[in-house]
Amino acid sequence: MKTQTMYEKIWETHLVRASADEVPILYIDTHLVHEVTSPQAFEGLRLNNRKVRRPDLTFATMDHNVPTTDRSLPITDLIAAKQMETLAENCAEFDIPLYDIDSPEQGIVHVIGPELGITQPGKTIVCGDSHTSTHGALGALAFGIGTSEIEHVLATQCLLQQKSETFEIRIDGILPYGVTAKDIILSIIGHIGIDGGNGAVVEFTGSAIRALSIEERMTVCNMSIEAGARAGMIAPDDTTYEYLAGKRFVPKDEAFDAAVENWKQLPTDEGATYDRTLQLDAAEIAPQVTWGTNPGMVTDVTGCVPDPSAMATTDEKTATEHALAYMDLKPGTPMTDIPVDRVFIGSCTNSRISDLRAAAEVAKGRKVAETVSAMVVPGSQAVKRQAEAEGLDQIFRDAGFEWREAGCSMCLGMNPDTLMPGQRCASTSNRNFEGRQGKGGRTHLVSPQMAAATAVTGHFVDIRKFQ
Amino acid sequence: MDAFKEHVGLVVPLDRINVDTDQIIPKQFLKRIERTGFGEFLFNDWRYLENGEPNPEFVLNLPRYAGASILVAGVNFGCGSSREHAPWALQQYGFKAILAPSFADIFRNNCYKNGILPIALPADVTASLSQEAHDTEGYQLMIDLEQQSVICPDGTAHTFEIGDFEKYCLLNGLDEIGWTLQFETDITAYENR
Repeated sequence: MKTQTMYEKIWETHLVRASADEVPILYIDTHLVHEVTSPQAFEGLRLNNRKVRRPDLTFATMDHNVPTTDRSLPITDLIAAKQMETLAENCAEFDIPLYDIDSPEQGIVHVIGPELGITQPGKTIVCGDSHTSTHGALGALAFGIGTSEIEHVLATQCLLQQKSETFEIRIDGILPYGVTAKDIILSIIGHIGIDGGNGAVVEFTGSAIRALSIEERMTVCNMSIEAGARAGMIAPDDTTYEYLAGKRFVPKDEAFDAAVENWKQLPTDEGATYDRTLQLDAAEIAPQVTWGTNPGMVTDVTGCVPDPSAMATTDEKTATEHALAYMDLKPGTPMTDIPVDRVFIGSCTNSRISDLRAAAEVAKGRKVAETVSAMVVPGSQAVKRQAEAEGLDQIFRDAGFEWREAGCSMCLGMNPDTLMPGQRCASTSNRNFEGRQGKGGRTHLVSPQMAAATAVTGHFVDIRKFQ
Repeated sequence: MDAFKEHVGLVVPLDRINVDTDQIIPKQFLKRIERTGFGEFLFNDWRYLENGEPNPEFVLNLPRYAGASILVAGVNFGCGSSREHAPWALQQYGFKAILAPSFADIFRNNCYKNGILPIALPADVTASLSQEAHDTEGYQLMIDLEQQSVICPDGTAHTFEIGDFEKYCLLNGLDEIGWTLQFETDITAYENR
């Protein structure tokens, strides 16, 4: 009997045309659109007198540019405002549903997709954003595309795609106390490097992955791209079906039962093989902190800033020297001795309700250190409402955190939320590239719990020993 | 898209690995709604000092590399975000080809759509080409896409891999959307399944 991986099943059922001497044409079930990478794609349609083939399979929101301060005030960044206006005009012209800045559904595109049930197992999902891999947490094949490909999907609902390799990352065992999904993925990236997944679609398997909630699985799949992977995915299971039941765009009643029966066919067949595999033991993973200028420059919180001279190659030595100069860190410094100026809790990696609950539990009854300014940016308006209903906003405010409106915010600092040159930030986001959070800003990636604990102590702490 | 057949150009070495798209074009320049105007912001934070003056130490600012159209860099060039503004900035600055031991997937795809050729060569080859570009002022390479070959001044040729379809599109400046739309009956048939 033919055995297939989940990726191969989804791939095969979405082939519109696959002829040996042609590049395969893959059908796209869902296209998510935001304001930053789409304007040139819509303009391309107009220039070529093309229309959007399936506006009913296309969903748009505003997230990258939006201010997270009072939404009743005018947007002060006129260029950003123009980009948002342009999205609204394009959606109106091409009849695409838009969750705009004033919508109760507005939020980071990778937060609202699953939240509304747009993201479903077995779907092909694309978006002009590399963190589209997030949606793989529900058993979808989801990946980021550039603006030319956005235009291609708008016009044809298809993409020209070469099949990727398959890469199983299996994590068995029980995660120790204080170790989160964020630590799993940072630890994986530390193992395989930021190009370790290049050319591959990663499927995360194993008992430690099965034990994760859907929101935790999203954190893992979200950062697959930081290992270079085309996509990350996790097979659907009962946790997935429970999460999806009742969501707005998910089939109801008997149609839901039928959908679940279909979804149950998706997981990788027993005996199917992957092109590559990696196995890790969950019990060996510690809380992670990045020290450098890419997500692979990471260590256990009990570790120290590395010594460039200990690096295996000249390229790595030079890269480490550059990174330490940019980060203003000295080799051998214990991570827990490093003080921070800012804390950012948010982004498509860690801004969902479970992330905010975890951070709030640490912040409750404590105060942000005097030397630190900290902010919490919910991933969506729905997350914000839920958090407020649970009183999490009050816990954060009482502790001295700012409580903001939903958006990408300081993950990439396209809106006014940025680091000042030289400022050091503990961030729950996904990239610590130079200048990512603001020119000259220094980013350390951590879990929400670690970020909250860092905010109150003023420096990195081992959350396992945090009292 | 402009066709790419052959190109001869000046080589500039960027001796860094894992050059990410945030470095290629920082986020503050992604707010434009046009496809143009990105070249002047290429490598902005490395290329300019705080006061806006060109950083005299950054390699692109060295007079001997003015007009360079071939960039040689380290592994995993273009990692990070899917922003097509990165190849737009490289192309609008004047680059026609990037040579590196490896590229990030989305960036490589985005290059092909914009007439830029991402050429993966073994690390020892890119290292030696980079060294030549350091040592020899005015060091040029010829790129022959039809032959899939990078040809050095001394005649040494390094062949590279490229997908048949990507090659065909680049050689002919093909509109990929037009390509897919010729199969509209297949798409409709798929939708009606």
